[in-house]
Amino acid sequence: MHVELRDIKKYFGPVRANDGISLVFGPGHIYGLLGENGAGKSTLMKILSGYQSPTSGELLLDGAPVAFSSPSAALNCGIGMLYQEPQDFPPLQVIENHLLAYDNRLLLDRRAGEHSLKSYAERFGFTIDPYVDVGTLTLGERQQMELMRLLSLGAQLLILDEPTTGISAEQKEKLFGTMHRLAYEEAKTIVLVSHKLDEVQELCDEVAVLRRGLLVGTQAVPCANRELVRLMFGAEVPRSERASATGDTTTLLVEDASIHTYRLDVEVPALEARAGEVIGLAGLEGSGQRLFMEACAGLRPLQSGKILLDGEPVEGKRSPFFWTRWLALVFLIAAIAWLAIRWAIGSSTGLGFAGGVVVSLLVAGTLWMVGTLLVSWTGSSAYHEFQRRGGAYVAAGRLELGLISGLTITEHRALTTPVRRFLADWDGARQEMEKRIERFNIIGQPGTPVDELSGGNQQRVMIALLNQPLRLLLLEHPTRGLDVTSANFIWERFQDRCAEGTTIIFMSADLDELLERSDRIMVFSGGSIIGILNTSDTSVDELGHSIGGQAT
Amino acid sequence: MRERLARNLWPLVPVLMSILATTLLLVLVGGSPALTFSALFDGAIGTSDRLLSMMAFWVPLLLCASGLLVTFTAGLWNIGVEGQMIMGALGSSWVALKVAAVYPAIPGGIILIMEIVAAMVFGALWSVLAGILKTRGGVHEIFGGVALNNLAIIATNYLISGPWQPPEGGTFRGTQPFPSHALFPLLGDSRFSPLTLVLALVVLGLVAMSLRGTSWGLRLKALGKNPRSAFLLGVPSERETLTAMLVCGAAAGLAGSVRVLSWFDSLRQSISGGIGFLAILIVLLAGMRPLWTLLIALLFSALLTGGTTVQLRTQLKASLSGIIQGTLVLFVLLFGDYRLLFRKRRKEPQAEANEP
Repeated sequence: MHVELRDIKKYFGPVRANDGISLVFGPGHIYGLLGENGAGKSTLMKILSGYQSPTSGELLLDGAPVAFSSPSAALNCGIGMLYQEPQDFPPLQVIENHLLAYDNRLLLDRRAGEHSLKSYAERFGFTIDPYVDVGTLTLGERQQMELMRLLSLGAQLLILDEPTTGISAEQKEKLFGTMHRLAYEEAKTIVLVSHKLDEVQELCDEVAVLRRGLLVGTQAVPCANRELVRLMFGAEVPRSERASATGDTTTLLVEDASIHTYRLDVEVPALEARAGEVIGLAGLEGSGQRLFMEACAGLRPLQSGKILLDGEPVEGKRSPFFWTRWLALVFLIAAIAWLAIRWAIGSSTGLGFAGGVVVSLLVAGTLWMVGTLLVSWTGSSAYHEFQRRGGAYVAAGRLELGLISGLTITEHRALTTPVRRFLADWDGARQEMEKRIERFNIIGQPGTPVDELSGGNQQRVMIALLNQPLRLLLLEHPTRGLDVTSANFIWERFQDRCAEGTTIIFMSADLDELLERSDRIMVFSGGSIIGILNTSDTSVDELGHSIGGQAT
Repeated sequence: MRERLARNLWPLVPVLMSILATTLLLVLVGGSPALTFSALFDGAIGTSDRLLSMMAFWVPLLLCASGLLVTFTAGLWNIGVEGQMIMGALGSSWVALKVAAVYPAIPGGIILIMEIVAAMVFGALWSVLAGILKTRGGVHEIFGGVALNNLAIIATNYLISGPWQPPEGGTFRGTQPFPSHALFPLLGDSRFSPLTLVLALVVLGLVAMSLRGTSWGLRLKALGKNPRSAFLLGVPSERETLTAMLVCGAAAGLAGSVRVLSWFDSLRQSISGGIGFLAILIVLLAGMRPLWTLLIALLFSALLTGGTTVQLRTQLKASLSGIIQGTLVLFVLLFGDYRLLFRKRRKEPQAEANEP
């Protein structure tokens, strides 16, 4: 099948995710689609797979223009997408999941479904039991299952979005073998979306590179990695010199920290961040940077190792009443023992043994509840302790994680003020925010609900809300979606903080930002640190290479 | 300014529309709308007896609704308010039966205070239990609340037919009447006690003020609008969830106390009379605004108490007020929130812009 994308444009408000991209995919080839985060790869593939419709532009299948209303319409035309996050039904059995779109009759033919599954599995050497629950499979197995489903539904063109994230080396090999076979023996078209250079070099025969919504070039592979890096990140730009504010005292000390999640284990062997220092976290999205920052903020427990802020571990404050709930248990045991003794020596309690047990249970339950109330009133979570000790975490999703739609700027200040009073100090909060609105150049009034502000102004409000003194500031994509002037403005404010001794750790997908703003860069790959680079002697090229999975 | 006025008067729209719809229905079945509505009006506030009876129904409704204002602000669906009310009734009954009836020498004032405190503590604990199930056990407060409602009903039935049954034998209908000094001072021979109305208005006033002016109210508001952001901005989620439940449970418990100590004079099987569920509807209809909550609660008490007169005067069933209620719910759901209705279109392009 010949698929042609002609001048595809997709705008989200002022953001140009795809700005006139034309590409041709022919049968029997494996194509790579490369680009940084936010370059427009996913948007383009969502358009091709019918998930979104383009603002303008045409899609041609074997020369005939088509418009897909949904992913299933695209699949009917032979275009299937394998998403990065499995799009399946964990509570169903594999066979049920397979039959879901495959068999649309009233009575399901499980035998035919099983036969189809088995024949695909044999062809590609997959071993999946059709009668286990999807939720018990590994990510790689779920991917194989989805692949078989797409093929059984007649997919001629397969889009794979970051297929190797989170799967084992063996599964990756099997996946690549399958791709080879599908393309070169069965004349299917494969499109691999990735930002891992090695994979693209290994699997693909042609690569298209996107940057900021534009197609910047196509390249036959294998070729020199240098070529691809240049296409992905553009020519090297001269960097402005910046004075480092790094001091002597250690703010953050990390020793053998490891974080465990179901899809990624993160290991950070050692890091010592000093007051005023700026550390950038580089790496592909989902390589462990966010998990590491969350662990620093106490939002995620460590599996082992230590993270110390000013010499003390980041952990929750245990309530001085933690023993009250044990008291309930002790009471229950004592009461039941007493009842049992009374019963054994034959003197009645009036309620009888069973009645006595019920009453003791009620009393113990009440004690336990009152204890839990006291504990919740007097204890505090690790993250709130982190905040109290001068830490702050600014997440990337502004209205999802950080600001509250419907509340005004003043209300946000009243919520975050370090001075806790019973009656909210509306006047004080408004006056304070008037000052900060001016200092941070926010277009808005203290009484403006934050959801009515533009994205850039929301970002400024989040930063304007940070309190003094600040020991450690964790930032997730601090300037994503901002224009250059706003980004510079925000970084100036951050640098003011550094001069006051705040340590900044930030993650970003923008290599220029990382190199320009940080003193050191920690490069993450698949959950491990492949190097801590000094910014002064690193080039964009080197950084690009190491992010692509090749340590320099 | 005009938008603000429109937003404040918005709750009237579904009310008027449901009256219109009911009128249409009456015309369709051949009834006289004028006669029916005047009977409804008469039945609710026609005579002082009926007025007092309507007020006696209004007070517990108002108390439950005040409590629910707190939990709804915190984003909690406290369906368990019904059970919390029943537990409050149990608490008061316990004091009335085991203290007031056993030690008649204790003055009525002290007994009343003990009954109120017991009701609030029982209601609050029952409510906190649903809260703990949510924060520690991951049980959504709706499911926890429904389960605890049933447990509260079972406990009432057990007590009525078991330990607290009247000496002359269990009737399944109620305990023996409480001594008169254990009841709220009633106005004449009505079931209305002015003291309870004062209590209810104080509770509503306190709730309205704390939600408006205290940092606690602000934290609840933040939690209700976006729990994840609120946590990141420093709101201790578990603590505020439990506190909100606690306050609502105490108010609902007080409502239960009013039911046993003024509406009835003993613990009955159907002690709550669905007031808790009705209060949920009222708070949603009022868009969580205290003043509107007060008025709409009054409207609903009038509708319900007027229904009986409608049946007597016309050949229509008393369920007419049920029909008005039902259409009201329908129209509230249809027209919903003023803000949602008029702002949605403007929002859409923005929402899309956040997608990539």
